[in-house]
Amino acid sequence: MEFAIIWENRDIYLEGLQNTVFLVSIALVLGLLLAVPLAVLRIYGNRFVQLPIRGFVYFFRGTPLLVQMFLVYYGFGQFDLIKESFLWFFFREAYFCALFAFTLNTGAYTTEILRGAIKATPHGEIEAAVAAGMSRLLLIRRIVLPSAFRRALPAYSNEIIFMLHGSSLASVITIIDITGAARIINSRFYSPYEAFLTAAALYMAMTFLIVFLIKRLEIRWFAHLQPQRNRPVIEAPP
Amino acid sequence: MFSLHGYGPSILEGTILTLEVSLFALLIALFFGIFGALAKLSDRWPLRLVAQVYTTVIRGIPDLVLMLLIFFGGQVLINQLGPLFGFHGYIDINPFIAGVATIGFIFGAYMTETFRGAILAVHRGQIEAAHAYGMSPAQVFRRVTLPQMVRHALPGFGNNWLVLIKTTALVSIIGLDDMVRKAGLAAGATRKPFTFYLVVALNFLLITTVSIYLLKYLERRYSVGVREE
Repeated sequence: MEFAIIWENRDIYLEGLQNTVFLVSIALVLGLLLAVPLAVLRIYGNRFVQLPIRGFVYFFRGTPLLVQMFLVYYGFGQFDLIKESFLWFFFREAYFCALFAFTLNTGAYTTEILRGAIKATPHGEIEAAVAAGMSRLLLIRRIVLPSAFRRALPAYSNEIIFMLHGSSLASVITIIDITGAARIINSRFYSPYEAFLTAAALYMAMTFLIVFLIKRLEIRWFAHLQPQRNRPVIEAPP
Repeated sequence: MFSLHGYGPSILEGTILTLEVSLFALLIALFFGIFGALAKLSDRWPLRLVAQVYTTVIRGIPDLVLMLLIFFGGQVLINQLGPLFGFHGYIDINPFIAGVATIGFIFGAYMTETFRGAILAVHRGQIEAAHAYGMSPAQVFRRVTLPQMVRHALPGFGNNWLVLIKTTALVSIIGLDDMVRKAGLAAGATRKPFTFYLVVALNFLLITTVSIYLLKYLERRYSVGVREE
């Protein structure tokens, strides 16, 4: 194996790394911003609000991300309404299309994760908040969401990793992410091992980094649930 | 909008191929999953280490990268090995085999975790009793552990299956004529990409919805002997 090829072309991989990091982090942030109100409305909204949210989550969780991306990238051009409006300025760009599809996809999954976490709020906490005279909105902001975020963290860390791995699909619509860089190197030098093993190593390193960071966050957020170390030793009275 | 311009049968063919890829990949995944789980719970550390590396590595790498690695890398490997065995022609890797093998191998890792948990959920006393009756380890597994772990494995198995079906969309990238690629071809000819990809999306929704109902039925059946708490 000739890993010298990779070193000589490290600029392509660096560009790929940058694109992957940007795509994933922007999609995750926007997806989370979308998911919080959707999850709250999915639980506290009336039937006419709940139904479209259920449909949205059902569609995006039940179909492959690749097909969702194709629907946006190839599909939106079918509509003159989009093609002749200012929206076409965005949707003709592969980068924006990938970002759009990723955001809706992770938004749907995150909505479902948050919904589960909100539903698991202990009754007593809500009753106490109502008894203290909090309005519905204040209760959601002060009591429900903070504890739901904590409960959702383990499942959400999986979602982050799924999004990182799912972002490799962007390479299919001409974006040079890490996988795209590997595909360029493979086709240019006919060296599949070097090209794809390098990509695999980069993804693995990022996966482990995310797992490590979330573990640290979990220790912080679940500090009150940790077994207490250095507990003061109470001397038995003589 | 919903005229398929005569491409209906072509999409149907692709749907059947998607189902074939899913089912064959599932068989391979079950095979890797069972042996992976047994290796993870084995007394011998080399087996545990191999299984641990397998599940860690697979879950750290995107499916697409693994598929491209196996498809393109396997091509090079086979053509390097060919001459060593006295074969000098050029061998093309069949994308069907590459796709099925890759997806089966990937989901074997997820199944390993599911089955490991399910085996651990079977009461120790059951297994000890079977040993006490003088059953061989293989008999214990077949007669006692396997029938009882199914109930615990079903929810995780169901999740893996639903993700696996959606992952099969990737085989279109390595040139297999599954429904995503068939839709792409139809879209190119008719200039109606949204229509065709929407049909494919709805097909996937149909398959996953039917699967969910089947899995619920199975879960009920395998929990018949369990009292509700």
